[in-house]
Formats: sequence, C-alpha cells, structure tokens
Amino acid sequence: MSEKTAVAGSVVAGDIVTDDLPAEQPAEPWAGEPADDVKPRNNRAWLLVLPVVVSVAFTAVIPLMTVVNYSVQDVFSPVDRIFVGLEWFRSVSRDPEVRAAFLRTLMFSLQVLLLEIPLGVLIAVCMPRRGRLVPVALVVVALPLLIPWNVVGTMWQIFARADIGLAGWVINNGLGIDFNYTLDSTDAWITVLLMDIWHWTPLVALLAYAGLRAIPGPYFQAAQIDGASAWQVFRHIQLPRLRGVLTIAILLRFMDSFMIYTEPFVVTGGGPGNATSFLSILLSKVAVGQFDLGPAGAFSLLYFLFVQIVSFVFFTVLTRTGR
Amino acid sequence: MADIRFEGVGHSYDGGRTWALRPMTWTWRHAKAYALLGPSGCGKTTLLNIISGLLTPTVGRVWFGDRDVTEVPTAGRNIAQVFQFPVLYESMSVYNNLAFPLRNRRYPKQEIDARVRKVSRLLGLDGHLDRRSRRLDPGRQQIVSLGRGLVRADVAAVLLDEPLTVIDPALKWTLRSKLKEIHRETGHTLIYVTHDQTEALTFADEVVVLNDGDVVQAGRPTELFLAPEHEFVGHFIGSPGMNMVPAEIVGGVVRVGAAAAGRAVGTGGELADGPVRIGVRPEFVQMSAQPVTPGLPGRITGVDRMGAYHLVRAEVDGHPFVAKVDRATAAARDVEHFRFAADRAFLFRDAVRCGALAPLGEEAQP
Repeated sequence: MSEKTAVAGSVVAGDIVTDDLPAEQPAEPWAGEPADDVKPRNNRAWLLVLPVVVSVAFTAVIPLMTVVNYSVQDVFSPVDRIFVGLEWFRSVSRDPEVRAAFLRTLMFSLQVLLLEIPLGVLIAVCMPRRGRLVPVALVVVALPLLIPWNVVGTMWQIFARADIGLAGWVINNGLGIDFNYTLDSTDAWITVLLMDIWHWTPLVALLAYAGLRAIPGPYFQAAQIDGASAWQVFRHIQLPRLRGVLTIAILLRFMDSFMIYTEPFVVTGGGPGNATSFLSILLSKVAVGQFDLGPAGAFSLLYFLFVQIVSFVFFTVLTRTGR
Repeated sequence: MADIRFEGVGHSYDGGRTWALRPMTWTWRHAKAYALLGPSGCGKTTLLNIISGLLTPTVGRVWFGDRDVTEVPTAGRNIAQVFQFPVLYESMSVYNNLAFPLRNRRYPKQEIDARVRKVSRLLGLDGHLDRRSRRLDPGRQQIVSLGRGLVRADVAAVLLDEPLTVIDPALKWTLRSKLKEIHRETGHTLIYVTHDQTEALTFADEVVVLNDGDVVQAGRPTELFLAPEHEFVGHFIGSPGMNMVPAEIVGGVVRVGAAAAGRAVGTGGELADGPVRIGVRPEFVQMSAQPVTPGLPGRITGVDRMGAYHLVRAEVDGHPFVAKVDRATAAARDVEHFRFAADRAFLFRDAVRCGALAPLGEEAQP
C-alpha cells in the first residue's frame, strides 16, 4: 500500500513538470541571445529537466506501468501469461466483496472527516496562544504523530483488550458495558475509528493552530470593540481564515483514511468477519495473499483513480466556494 | 458623550522598568478632533489601547465622564477603533460588515439600515454594499473598516490608528476631508494617531505630540508650528524642521562663537548664563546684507530649488542651517547674514523652551 501512495504522489508531480515546460521555455532567450523569431525556441531546457524526467520515470511511471501491465493480463507463472484486456477491471468492479469494502472504506473516511476536522479545530482554538504553556501543548498534541503506525496499532490492540487492556478492562468491568473488539463488529469499528482519531486529530489540530496563529491581533481587538461574542469571533474571523489550512487538512485526512492499512491490520486484521476489512486490507489479501496479480493490478488502478479524482474534486470545490 | 480623563495613567510592558507611556494626567474633551503625533514607538498605540480597554494601564485611572472605566473591558466601553490595515469580517458583505457592531448592540432594524446607508453614502461605498468585503481592493477595504468605526452614533470616542496608511495619496485627501465632515456632523470625539504631520495639522482641532511616552506639547496646529515648547516639536513638525544652533548666554546676550545673535528674554524671568540652543524655523529666516539681530552670520553651502521657494543651506558656526526663502532673495548669493523674524526665534535649555531671542539694544552692543 505504501508503494501505491508513492505512485500517486509522484504522478501528480510528473504532471506539473510537463505542464510547466512550455511556459518556462520562452523565458530562456531573455537571458542571452536576442530573439529574432516571434516565438524563440531553446531546446536546452529539456536537458535541464532531464534529471526530473528520469527520476520520476523510475519512481513513478515505470512502477505504475508494471501495475498497468499486470492489470490487463492473466498471469499463471512468470513465463505463462495471456492478455485479457479490461476483463479484470470488469470483474473487480463487480465483485461484491470489493464493493462492500469500498462502501466500508468510504464510510470510514466520512466518519473520520466529520469527527477529526471539528475536533482538531476545537483543540486548536483551546490551545494557548502565548506563554510557557505553548511548547508544552505543542509537544503533547504532536506526540501521537511521532509514533510509528504499526506501534500505534499494537498500542491500541493491547489498550482496547477486554482482559488486560486499560480501556477494554475499564469499559467491561468499570462501566459494565460488554465490549470486545475481537468478537463484536461494532466494537471493532469503534476501536479502529477511535484509534484513527487519536492518531490523526493532532495533525488537524496543529494545522488549524498554525492557521489561527497567523491571524493578526487587531482582528480580535476589532471583534471585542464591535461587541462580538466568542462564537461570532470563531464564525466570522477564525473559521474564514482557516479555510486554507482546513482544505489541506481535509485532503490529507481523506487520502490517508481512505488508504488506511497498517493500524487496522495490526488491531483487527480486517475482522471480526470482514467488519474492518477496508479496501487496502482486501487489496493486500488479493495481491500478496492469493497472488492474483491481474485482479490486484486492476484493483490498485481503480483504487488509485478514485483517490485521485475525489481529491481533485475536493480541492476544486473547497478552493472555489466562497471566493 | 463625555470627556475622557486620564488620571496618572501610565503603562509599562516590562513590570515598571521602562515606561511605554509615562504616567500622565490628561483630558480628552468631548467632541473634539485630536491628532496624536509622534515617531514610531513613542507610545501612541499604547495610549489608544488604554482608551479602548484593550490594555489595562499599569498605574492610574481612566474616566469616561464620571464613570471609572479602568477595569471595564473593551465591549463595555462603547469605543470605536480603526486599525492601520483593513480589519474586516471577510466572509460578510460590506453591508453586514457595517451593520455588525450595531446588530451586536441590538439596535432596531430600521436604525441599523439608516446608519449603514448614511455612512456608506458619506464614504462612497454605496455601490459596493452587496459585495463580499474580501473582494474589494485594500484601499476600499480600509474605507469599510473606517465605516465600521463611524457607524455607531453614540460612541464615547472614535480611535483611528494611522488609518490612511494603506490608502493611496489621491484618495487620502478626500477621505481626510470626509472624516472632518463626518466629525462635524456626528460630534464624535476623534483621536487620530499618525506620524504624518501634514495629516495631523490639517485634520485636528488639537495636536498632541508624544515622544518617548511623554506628551511634549499639545495645542492648536498653529501654536505647535509658531511656538514649539520643546525641541522635539520644533524638529518633528515642519518640513524641514526647526534649525537648532548651540549657543551660550553671557550676561544676557546670546552668543554663537564670536557672534552675538541677540538678547536673551526668559519666559519666566531672567535667564542664567550658560549653554542654550537657538531654535528658529527656516520659514522665519531672511537673508540680509548687513549683520542684524536677532540673526546670525553663516556660510552658504548650497541652494535647493523647490519650485515655489528655495531652500538655502548654510553653516552657522559649523552647524547646518536652513532658510526657506523666495526665489528673488535666494538669487543673491553673496549674503552671509541671516535675520530671524521678530518673536520667532526661541531659546531652549535641556530641550525645553526657556525664552526667546530679541534684538540687541544699542546699550548691549559690544
């Protein structure tokens, strides 16, 4: 899954490079030779972008192309394969298990966004703006972000256990609620969701905090003078000025939560049943578990395209509204 | 609707080691337009923030009429303030921005509408009321901020913290006269902070000059210009500022080097012998062919042609000296004597005005 992430990122970068090329070229003659043509051309620019083209090719384009290659073939063995066209795409997109996992992942991302964004903003608003507590608050809030993902998974796997985990034991014996994430699908879902909130809300909080810190003091003074309530200050000063950082936060949290793999894999392994079997977990099962390279390739490409398209739509909508 | 009184109000940001604003007792009279003039870091903004309640003074009491507001927060003071750069509720329309302070104070709807329309008409915002404030250009955004400061009819004072800095010069003049017009009409107490003397002198009924956290002089613009009480006022106001020439009083005669500049006339009685500084504005210096008092000999080093007038640069006893003269006199390059206008050459001791320079009588002539 982590390879997929890298692929998505680099392809975006590659696009930008090629888009910029024609725009940068005409700038060249300004430096030296006088332009005798209407549209002067200087092909040396290609030489200068060659390192980028090569590195993007090796890090993104070539790996992606091998996936494309697998996705249109039925691979029996390294020497025995046949071309099947879009067959795998058709079967993967119709597979009920994939569809269920897709809806499950979508629901998870939606819940993550709905909970983490407001919570992160709330934390940011409550964090001290000056004084000795600022570094303390920053470190405490940032702590979950510094923990490796599989360690987060292990921590929560133990933390939520009904027999020896602090949270699990307290819920069962202290509150008297029957809670067992290894048996109950709802409990498993809640555990994974809480874990993600614990792990990633700090990111939203830190981004929002940076956004809030960038608001000049006179805005708050003007609000005091105009008799604005705390809610109005938030609604009319802080929130509009958080637009930029929240756009980034929403994008990051959508992409990351939609591609979540390590933590639920460690905690629940996709179970019980397939209650927490997200797209990534299913994909790794198909690709690494069953070694079905063709369907896995098609699956990856569809997965990648969906994340890409939704991110693009998010970004466009968020940056255009309210202009 | 009352005077704002400072009773020994001072502020220190570092627990009393240095004063941003030295303890002062001062009254801001109701319905007057004040300009608070001074260089950066002289305490202007601190003073404003104490009035608006954004800062609680380290010492002293603040009174609005007979109400002690020292501990009253900003919202309870009914003060309007306009900042140096546009401060807007960016997601709101211009209309809502202007109406915001009124709505928060639960004004009746018709009155809000009437006030908003009146202010927007005065400031030329009529055509923009429905636009999102974020889409306006910075100059117009600042006008909206200004409008939000002026929209309330019953404020104790409108504080303006260098409000025209971001506005381009052509519009500045219009806005300044608009402000005066609005002031005349509403009778608000206006306190206008600026470091631009032209702005201060043209705008205010009374100019208060601050330096290093102290009020060095307050008065009508002409008083500050004609009779500065402090060296700082002399050189800060006026363009170019006042000439300052170190001198010495010897037996009632003011001497610069070997030359006698005139007779020392103390403000409060006779002046003791000792060092003083002669202050005379370039506007009150004439050229003369003969030695004359009050006046001084000098060596002309250059002439700047400024169009309507010339600036004659000279050296008097090794100190730079400027005279602002009309073209005809400046053409006579051979003059080496400067004559000071009667009653416009002053003596300063320890930066404070202590007297004036008068013509030498025959009996005092050496």
